[in-house]
Amino acid sequence: MNFILGIIIALIGVAGVILIPWIGVGAFDMRILFGIVVPYAAMATFFVGIIVRVIGWARSPVPFRIPTTAGQQWSFPWIKPNRIDNPRSTGGVIVRMLFEVLTFRSLFRNTRLEYRSAEGGPKIDYEWEKWLWLAALAFHYSFLVIFLRHFRFFTEPIPGFVHLLESLDGFLQLGVLPVSGLGVPSVYVTDMLLLLALLYLFVRRIYISQVRYVSLPADYFPLLLILALGTTGVLMRYFIRVDITAVKTLALGLFKLSPKAPEGIGVIFYIHLFVLSVLVAYFPFSKLMHFMGVFLSPTRNLSNNSRMVRHVNPWNYPVKVHTYEAYEDEFREHMIEAGLPVEKMPEKPAEQEGESSEGEEKE
Amino acid sequence: MAETPKPEEIARIDHKAPLWEGWMNRPVDIRPGIYCYAANPKNVEAVGMPNARQWNPVDEDWKLPENWQEIFIEGFKDRLGKFRSLKLFMDICVRCGACADKCHFFIGSGDPKNMPVMRAELLRSVYRKYFTTGGRILGLLAGARGLTDEVLKDIWYYLYQCTECRRCSVFCPYGIDTAEVTILGRELTNLLGLNTDWIQAPVANCYRTGNHLGIQPHAYKDMIDFFVDEIEEVTGVKVEPSFNRKGAEILFITPSGDVFADPGTYTAMGYLILFHYLQDQGLDITWSTYASEGGNFGYFTSHEMAKRLNAKMYAEAKRLGVKWILGGECGHMWRVINQYMDTFNGPADFLEEPVSPITGTKFENAKGTKMVHIVEFTADLIKNNKLKLDPSRNDNLVVTFHDSCNPARGMGFFEEPRYIIKNVCNNFYDMPPSTIREQTFCCGSGAGLNAGEDMELRMRGGLPRANAVKYVHEKYGVNMLACICAIDRAVLPNLMEYWVPEVDVTGVHEMVGNALILDGEKERTTNLRGEPLPGMEEEEDV
Repeated sequence: MNFILGIIIALIGVAGVILIPWIGVGAFDMRILFGIVVPYAAMATFFVGIIVRVIGWARSPVPFRIPTTAGQQWSFPWIKPNRIDNPRSTGGVIVRMLFEVLTFRSLFRNTRLEYRSAEGGPKIDYEWEKWLWLAALAFHYSFLVIFLRHFRFFTEPIPGFVHLLESLDGFLQLGVLPVSGLGVPSVYVTDMLLLLALLYLFVRRIYISQVRYVSLPADYFPLLLILALGTTGVLMRYFIRVDITAVKTLALGLFKLSPKAPEGIGVIFYIHLFVLSVLVAYFPFSKLMHFMGVFLSPTRNLSNNSRMVRHVNPWNYPVKVHTYEAYEDEFREHMIEAGLPVEKMPEKPAEQEGESSEGEEKE
Repeated sequence: MAETPKPEEIARIDHKAPLWEGWMNRPVDIRPGIYCYAANPKNVEAVGMPNARQWNPVDEDWKLPENWQEIFIEGFKDRLGKFRSLKLFMDICVRCGACADKCHFFIGSGDPKNMPVMRAELLRSVYRKYFTTGGRILGLLAGARGLTDEVLKDIWYYLYQCTECRRCSVFCPYGIDTAEVTILGRELTNLLGLNTDWIQAPVANCYRTGNHLGIQPHAYKDMIDFFVDEIEEVTGVKVEPSFNRKGAEILFITPSGDVFADPGTYTAMGYLILFHYLQDQGLDITWSTYASEGGNFGYFTSHEMAKRLNAKMYAEAKRLGVKWILGGECGHMWRVINQYMDTFNGPADFLEEPVSPITGTKFENAKGTKMVHIVEFTADLIKNNKLKLDPSRNDNLVVTFHDSCNPARGMGFFEEPRYIIKNVCNNFYDMPPSTIREQTFCCGSGAGLNAGEDMELRMRGGLPRANAVKYVHEKYGVNMLACICAIDRAVLPNLMEYWVPEVDVTGVHEMVGNALILDGEKERTTNLRGEPLPGMEEEEDV
């Protein structure tokens, strides 16, 4: 399977996800199914799925303490330890994990190999490369802000932090776009960042030959799915009007467990909602589980103290070893001859004789 | 044995992955010069590991046991249940590619299956097929592959092109550690008897004779006695090591490579000189012929085998009644001691918390395992002014330091060796930051790949390291590569000769041995290698 096929498969998948609600609601008016049943089912799958997966991981023990030490160990008072990248205690681990989760610290270390054949041997450099880190950060934080902004639909009254986010996010005040002359609402920075970051992540997946080589449909699919989610959202906000009051009735209903699917919202909303439903339902079965997995990663969430404190392996079992007794039994004569101390002197004098004669031969 | 291509040929590397061809159906091409020979069945049987037989990696038929798929999948399942690391690392990779160009084998070969992500994907494809619903149903579309002969060969070939150096895991945003995947993947291949002899022979040797090289007790003593003579020749002082001595305060364990071959032998002489120097100050130390191996090739076959070999350290310490253990310069030995030993074979409650008998320093970071690194021990001595040193004896050296992967990324051992080096020699220059400390590059021959038949692989894998050495050689005139690992000392000379012939290799304690001023020593004219000391060249000529 090459990358074209991988992208095509992912595209077919996403096209299906868009077409299903388009037809379902557009042609058959299946508002209850797409507005209520599917979102509930998706949410249930999401939560149950994640819990099952995390419990599944947690049920496998961590037999050995294997942190990747990326800094100086704690040894002498006169050597400065790196308490974050080589944590000795839980405090250090917490800071390391916070940096990892909030700032993608490991990804920040990224470099790019620059390999040139030259006279007198190759030239190898490790160049500055922060674009992946930057795009990943932009993507994840934009997604978070957009998710939080959506609380304006789920809650009544709208919480203060939503207003705050909206005003911060819309600070560019690009209120009037020259496109249509209509009163287009102010553009959110995160909307643009999200789409740009996604686009970058998608393009780099195809453009960088190594990443292209390892990419599976399962890598293109979520990217395209989130791109569809973002695009439908942006379309709805800036270009295709939907009945916001009706949307809020539906969203509030879902959250208050008294679901309603009012008329006249517009198909684009149902597409948006269905894409989201598929995304959250797909979550527990996919690589997207990295968002929980990172917390359980034994190379990051353990302190490097196994020379100080014993780490217990719950399934440790006795093994067959070659004892000193067995060793000495095999080599006793040679050991005595070489003047090495032994536990047991040979009992039979005959053996000793044989041994000394052997020694003579040697001489 | 395959002839190793010339450096110019090897250096022509294309890192671009194939455009149109995917990896899933690409047949594996097992090339001479890259793979290690199969294990001699007697070495597999010697330690009771399964499915010992004559087989050859380049043969079509690997003579696998009839139910080999079942063995592999059951073994996989068992390990998924025992190791959270494996389960997690199979599940959460997003294939971002941050690890791709961080692997020395990828940099040196351009083989896309040597990208860490790809190495793990080979195993992951099988995981998806047998342990995930999506993979079971969608097959190749979900990146899932059934376990065929071809897939097994693919996995095997690339698991034995990984040195478990963990460099990729430093860059992975989720801490996915290819070493962990390789270690457990190799366990699976070992269930099928697919061991390599360069690993299995040392394992069998170590089990029986106490060390990888199969040195028997009397021969071990002979070898050290030879060093004693050599030292006397250079320094005029006769050092007196003791062996298997009950009641000693400290047991000393070092990799057997150091008593066997140059330049490790000079490091061993360095230890002997240091111990002799400290004798009058109260050092009471013994060597052991039973625990005569610091390294642990068992770790390259399975956790169980690692534990079986490692057990000798505590067993011998207990038998001899020592207070604590001192360990020599070695790489994977120290990963095992730091991250596994106490868990494997502890608690070492029959030992005492280590205290330096010379300085009184408590080694609090080793209070659990009761095992101290000799570099920690010596650094503490120097810090407390307990050593009379003449660094000018090393003035012919311009030194750089190679952080061995395991002490670097499995321990965080960066400053201690540098502190010693700066005190025993006057010219020290570090390599560029992206090639040292936690980002250090592997020698290319770790994890049991230091055989002769895979020389091309080793020279390729060592290229990034050699290239960084070349940089400081050209910039500062570096002519000596110091390291604290016995495998390094065994393999870096080959690597340097191939890529940077002007640079030689030394252990840190060889330089200590040269700089240390012994009571009653004669005027030294040569170093431990028998080469004239700086300023003594003429006297040698006479």
